[in-house]
Amino acid sequence: MLKNYLRLNLSLLYWVFVAPFTGQFFSISQIFRQMVFIGVRATSMVALTAFSIGVTLAMQAAHSLQQMGAEIYVPDLVMLSILREMGPVLIAVIVIGRSGSAVAAELGTMKVSEEIEALEVMAINPVQYLVVPRFLAMLIMLPALTIFGNYIGVLGGWAVCRFALNFNTAGYIMRALESAETWDLYSGMIKSGVFAWIVITIACNAGLHVEGGAEGVGQATTASVVQALLAMLVTNAILTGIFFFGA
Amino acid sequence: MPTPADSPVIEVVDLIRKFGDRTVINDISFNVRRGETLVIMGGSGCGKSTLLRHIIGSMKPTSGSVKIFGQEITTMNEHEIASVRRRFGMLFQSGALLASLTVGENVALPLLQHTDNSVDEIEEIVEEKLQMVGLSGFEDLKPAEISGGMKKRVGLARALALDPELLFSDEPTSGLDPIMTAVVDQLTLKLTHGEHMTAVVVTHDMTSAFRIATRMIMLGHGSIVAQGTPDEIRNSPNPEVQQFINGEADGPIPLNLSQDEHEHHQHVKPRPFIAARHRFHRKTA
Repeated sequence: MLKNYLRLNLSLLYWVFVAPFTGQFFSISQIFRQMVFIGVRATSMVALTAFSIGVTLAMQAAHSLQQMGAEIYVPDLVMLSILREMGPVLIAVIVIGRSGSAVAAELGTMKVSEEIEALEVMAINPVQYLVVPRFLAMLIMLPALTIFGNYIGVLGGWAVCRFALNFNTAGYIMRALESAETWDLYSGMIKSGVFAWIVITIACNAGLHVEGGAEGVGQATTASVVQALLAMLVTNAILTGIFFFGA
Repeated sequence: MPTPADSPVIEVVDLIRKFGDRTVINDISFNVRRGETLVIMGGSGCGKSTLLRHIIGSMKPTSGSVKIFGQEITTMNEHEIASVRRRFGMLFQSGALLASLTVGENVALPLLQHTDNSVDEIEEIVEEKLQMVGLSGFEDLKPAEISGGMKKRVGLARALALDPELLFSDEPTSGLDPIMTAVVDQLTLKLTHGEHMTAVVVTHDMTSAFRIATRMIMLGHGSIVAQGTPDEIRNSPNPEVQQFINGEADGPIPLNLSQDEHEHHQHVKPRPFIAARHRFHRKTA
């Protein structure tokens, strides 16, 4: 299992970074097709999630901070939590559930119906033809969705501050921007890039190694979601440790 | 690298493949010459598909050698196998079309990947190949929207897209109506006679097999039971061959071999043991 996963990663690195220089270029149109599927079609779900998170964070923060008369810090808390943790993690959760599972199921079905074998026999490498476009699409779209989700999350915080606490819009924006540094954004972006790698390689690996018909596809899809979630959350803890606790 | 006209296109020597201690391919040797159509037949589970997978290099044998176009395929790396595969086409049993692409895109796929042809030229070739299998006008449908027999014919068009020197077909006519079977057979004959393509066809369909074969191999339990020209096979004295080509239920070929073995282990063996225990109990009582 782990051996297959490492082999997939190596072969992926070869097809992304080495093969294009030997004239075997991957297809750009396929990447855009996958970007629409993985990214664009997930925007509404990401927006709803991020907005709810922003609202929840603001309400919880307001509840605690009001007791100390420090509601002024609500925007700080919303902004930092979303940029550093909630944004990258929860949007990765959405993408795992929606796009990761779909990729595992799609590749798994292709494996079961001999399509992968047919590609190999046509001298088309399945990693180059199927995995590389999905990988690059995910690597672009997950951070992009995270930026988008960050905006919506902060908007959710604003909604609470503006309508339930006595903030004005300018005050909220000023406070939020003042609290955050660029590193808060960048650390989140690095995280979501790493998550993108984890999610798509686990999904593709699960799909490409399906055995045993429709039942196998189901099992591989479930396994890919569980493994990707666990790997993503553990990696998140490690990265938070390195970024904010180590130095 | 052009193959000299008289040297074999495929050369299989002493091929053996074991899964654990089960021998699936047991010492098979044969040659296929340019322009020949070799039909491989045999009952389900006799190792036909496994043999085919060894010839196209997607499985490695336990021992023995497979040469295609004079090159040993069993020891090749992925890259070398890919370069050999560009010279042959393969039709899968299910057609194995990519479900996400249209019929036209499926046929165009090998052309887009392996040639520098312009889009117009590719469209022209796709139209020509689809016409050959009687499916012109179906370019824009998805595989899910056409029947199983049509999928198979699209698979054939795709296998022929690069004008291969060698064509492998895994049950090309199963699921086709008799007229389409004849069309596909005639196409195979035309390509092998007119354009010196070599064909290796795995089939159950005896009518079709005798129509297209120049040579036939019958497999049983992983080894060659009989081989020869269609006439030699038709007149073979071997009762297994006669049972198979005439499709008779009674004969030397055992039914459900694995189940027989299973029963042997499950029921026959314990009996003496139980009987012995009964005797033992009687004695002590």
